[in-house]
Amino acid sequence: MLEIICSVLLIIGGLFIFLGSYSMVKLPDFYTRLHGPTKASTLGVGSIILAAIIFSAINGGISLKELIITLFLFITAPVAAHMLAKSALHIQVKQRKGSINDELFENAKQQKDSPSD
Amino acid sequence: MTRLFPTPYHSLMLFTVWLLLNGFAAADLLLGAFFAIGIPVLVAPLCPKEPVTNQPIKVILYFLRLLLDIVKSNIDVAVRVLQNNKTLKPGMIAYHLELKGDLPLTILSSTISLTPGTLSADFSREKSILYVHVLHLEDEQAIIDNIRNRYEMPLKEIFKC
Repeated sequence: MLEIICSVLLIIGGLFIFLGSYSMVKLPDFYTRLHGPTKASTLGVGSIILAAIIFSAINGGISLKELIITLFLFITAPVAAHMLAKSALHIQVKQRKGSINDELFENAKQQKDSPSD
Repeated sequence: MTRLFPTPYHSLMLFTVWLLLNGFAAADLLLGAFFAIGIPVLVAPLCPKEPVTNQPIKVILYFLRLLLDIVKSNIDVAVRVLQNNKTLKPGMIAYHLELKGDLPLTILSSTISLTPGTLSADFSREKSILYVHVLHLEDEQAIIDNIRNRYEMPLKEIFKC
């Protein structure tokens, strides 16, 4: 029974990681591409780690070391995405034509505090 | 209390990580506690002061809600990725911040990045606006209200700032 749960978790994890990577190829511009890996990979890696914990529980010793991976992933993934977006804005990476609130991209590039700044 | 734990979150995190890495034997507990108290005291003069909360229940509730939202956001983004690019409406919104302080702002922007369809892109110079990139922007006000009520207000209560 536990092995079935394990396998299902592995498949879900693999699926989400695949979708995260696929979004890097498929989405139209840099900013949208950032969405895929930050989100899809957290759940993907999370469920694979859950599967690893259950698997080690089946074979005797429960090990919680894997939880640290999730912890660090949750802390580093959003920060990395933030820094990537920040530097993309800084070096004026173009957004897709027809993005909503186009002028806000310009404001963000100049780190404006108010629209009239 | 503040002299022993100048940065309680660092202490807690050092202690947990140490235990998870080394096991829960008495010796590990002792050594972990030694490091969890010793290291923050040593580095305290180097770090800016952390705001401390006295509402641990709210913190736990916040992280449980965050966990749920991460699962939701994953499914949301996965579905969006599989749809046609032409139906996608990416956009930027300017979120006016009421929070102050480095730690609360870091937690808020990380939360925004981990939750459905939004990604914190940059702060304005005075940290009064957070620019948020949205994968599929339909109702700007709804997204702003969602961030305000779901994440910023609880954080404001937790950190009292």
